[in-house]
Amino acid sequence: MNLMLQQFPVVFQALNVGFLQTLKLFFVTGLGAIPLGLVIAFGSMSRFKPLSALTRLVIWVVRGTPLMIQLLIIYYFPGIELHNNWWGGGESGRFLASSIAFIFNYACYFSEIYRGGIQSIPKGQQEAGLVLGMTRGQIFYRVTLLQVIKRIVPPMSNEIITLVKDTALARIIALQEIIWAGQSFMRGSHGISGAIWPLFFTAVYYLLFNGVVTVALGRLEKRLDYFR
Amino acid sequence: MAILDVKDIRKRFGNTEVLKGISFSLEQGQVLSIIGSSGSGKTTLLRCLNFLETPDGGSIAVNGQVLFDAAAAASRREADIRRSRLHFGLVFQSFNLFPQYTALENVMLAGRLLAKEQPDYKARKKELLDQLDQRARALLDQMGLSSRMDSYPHQLSGGQQQRVAIARALALSPDILCFDEPTSALDPELTHEVLRVIRSLADQRTTMIIVTHEMAFARDVSSRVIFMDGGQVVEEGPPSQVLEDPVQERTRRFLESYHQSDRFTGP
Repeated sequence: MNLMLQQFPVVFQALNVGFLQTLKLFFVTGLGAIPLGLVIAFGSMSRFKPLSALTRLVIWVVRGTPLMIQLLIIYYFPGIELHNNWWGGGESGRFLASSIAFIFNYACYFSEIYRGGIQSIPKGQQEAGLVLGMTRGQIFYRVTLLQVIKRIVPPMSNEIITLVKDTALARIIALQEIIWAGQSFMRGSHGISGAIWPLFFTAVYYLLFNGVVTVALGRLEKRLDYFR
Repeated sequence: MAILDVKDIRKRFGNTEVLKGISFSLEQGQVLSIIGSSGSGKTTLLRCLNFLETPDGGSIAVNGQVLFDAAAAASRREADIRRSRLHFGLVFQSFNLFPQYTALENVMLAGRLLAKEQPDYKARKKELLDQLDQRARALLDQMGLSSRMDSYPHQLSGGQQQRVAIARALALSPDILCFDEPTSALDPELTHEVLRVIRSLADQRTTMIIVTHEMAFARDVSSRVIFMDGGQVVEEGPPSQVLEDPVQERTRRFLESYHQSDRFTGP
């Protein structure tokens, strides 16, 4: 116990640095996947059959295989099989590859939530807009979108909370996020070795951050409570 | 000249021919009621007039201007269809108000979006929006909803929602206002308040087409009645003829079944 208290300031500092990388990956994924998911959703709902079939095939593959394998393939394939490492070396390369893998994976999950949300809006809403001379774009942005957002907040909250924890998977390509930082004290780092508690302690970060996320999404849900 | 000229409208869904050549015309200020059993094509006809469905055959002209001709339908662009729709208003059975907007916003939304398309919108923005706001308030007032302008749809009764929907359709000043069974989703008490509003519109000589099952109301408010069956106009004429002394056997049978069900549900 005494030893742990001695180690705490050093560990705390290192975990904070790792958590910063975790947060970066979380926000970059969110900012990329939320709009990309909408594009994929439109693709999967397209009336042009080849496009919707292709999009659904991609969604099936991405959702049907582990994100960890996708990370490994995206990171290692160009360098090993094509002898051309697109990602560049070092931490920035690992971050870039992780971001691409996470954005694409999460966009596919989001797209299915969007599709469900869009298709759950009664057709009468669109028809009411049409007979009032509104364009399809106007109907989507002025009428449908907010109703879709209201309906998808609960399932999206689920995915976003999962994303917070899934960022840990980037450890597999040695992205220096918080799990990597915690683990480093087992083999030795900052003059501390053989310590396993820092790795266990990372759970507190996830838990607290997910608390913040849950409160924020709960507020959003409340703000959309004014209509039904 | 007739305000509306509908010629030989045909529509099929798959193998089912829902409309088998419907023709009629309507004069300015007339009220036309369309009656008939479910599946007779009444609603499809209204949807064709509002271009929610594209007819397979026939033509639609308003004030002598051909808005739709099946012969040239393929070349019609989305923007043309949009402009054509503005000649008609449609009030739905299920209201279809936009839930995230207040009553007033529901009535103003489409007008505001259309105003933006005017070339001098930027310069006259305030003036245009004030006009729209005044008109929307006046319409809601006319619907007896002056105290509910800032209510959201879920805070309103069905009858109130339908009256907001009527104001919303009127806000764009359509040449012809269509109603698709406007009271079918309402209980008798609320039905009454909506019918009263439609009657007052008839008194102001609003040109209307009403698909309805309210026979007493149709008799009272219509200038003309069409009885449809199997996608065809079976009988057409003044309400005193079609509803009280029909020539066609089919019309008579339909009305009899109505009176019978009245006897079952009546007091």
